Amino acid sequence: MKTPTFDTVQVGDELPPLQLPPVDRTTLALFAGASGDHNPIHIDIDVARRAGMPDVFAQGMLGMAWVGRVVTAWAPQSRLRRFDARFQGITQLGNAMRCTGRVVEKLEQGGERCVRIELQSANQFGQTKIVGEALVALT
Amino acid sequence: MIDKKWIGHELPASVLPIERSRLQFFAKAIGEADPVYTDTAAARDAGYPDLPAPPTFLFAAELDSGAAFKLIEDLQIPIAKLLHGEQSFTYHAAACVGDTVTVRSAISDIYDKRNGALEFVVKTSRATNQRDELVAELRSVLVCRN
Repeated sequence: MKTPTFDTVQVGDELPPLQLPPVDRTTLALFAGASGDHNPIHIDIDVARRAGMPDVFAQGMLGMAWVGRVVTAWAPQSRLRRFDARFQGITQLGNAMRCTGRVVEKLEQGGERCVRIELQSANQFGQTKIVGEALVALT
Repeated sequence: MIDKKWIGHELPASVLPIERSRLQFFAKAIGEADPVYTDTAAARDAGYPDLPAPPTFLFAAELDSGAAFKLIEDLQIPIAKLLHGEQSFTYHAAACVGDTVTVRSAISDIYDKRNGALEFVVKTSRATNQRDELVAELRSVLVCRN
């Protein structure tokens, strides 16, 4: 991976997007185990239906982890200073998420030169599920 | 309505040992193929002492310990009404295999919107390692849809 530098990065630059395959039940089950989020609403259709949902749906933190991959594929994680997400909608089975990022500001913070990146994840119907932000220190 | 008496409530500390097989499982679960997250040699080449925990991994601490679910019970939020509204991480040091991270949280705010139709619980956390160094700060907003 070639780490971007503060001087070469420009406001408006887009990070390479990440296209995920459609969410399936196996993905949700694996993430439940790996993340420690054993909430059955994400893995047991009976529980989901009793809660008034049509089916199981993705854990919010799975979506945030995918968005994080956009950032760590662009710059090493050791440069990541802050990572925020707002969950705006439920990611349903079959949703194929596309995670994107764009540099929106170059700034100095905590004595470091940083870029602020706006992040987003949306499904194949253009519905936004997560909006987020990352602060990455560059040399 | 969620009782505002919980503002200031401190959760019991959650201790999360950072383990190799767990990080490899987490990488698989999120589709992370970068060898930095699964191959110790690649992690060392990237300057880490061992595999680093990915950016959102520390959220597991209070899930593993049960503290997160206990909080939902204490606040009497039915699981069917619970949503994760926001999540923030501020990073101070890497957490790598071999580290033991302790997460300590407190409820910093409880408020509602639309005359109680939506209730919000804000939890702030500090994650420290076995040397008592600050690894990360976390902030979670939980939403109860009434």
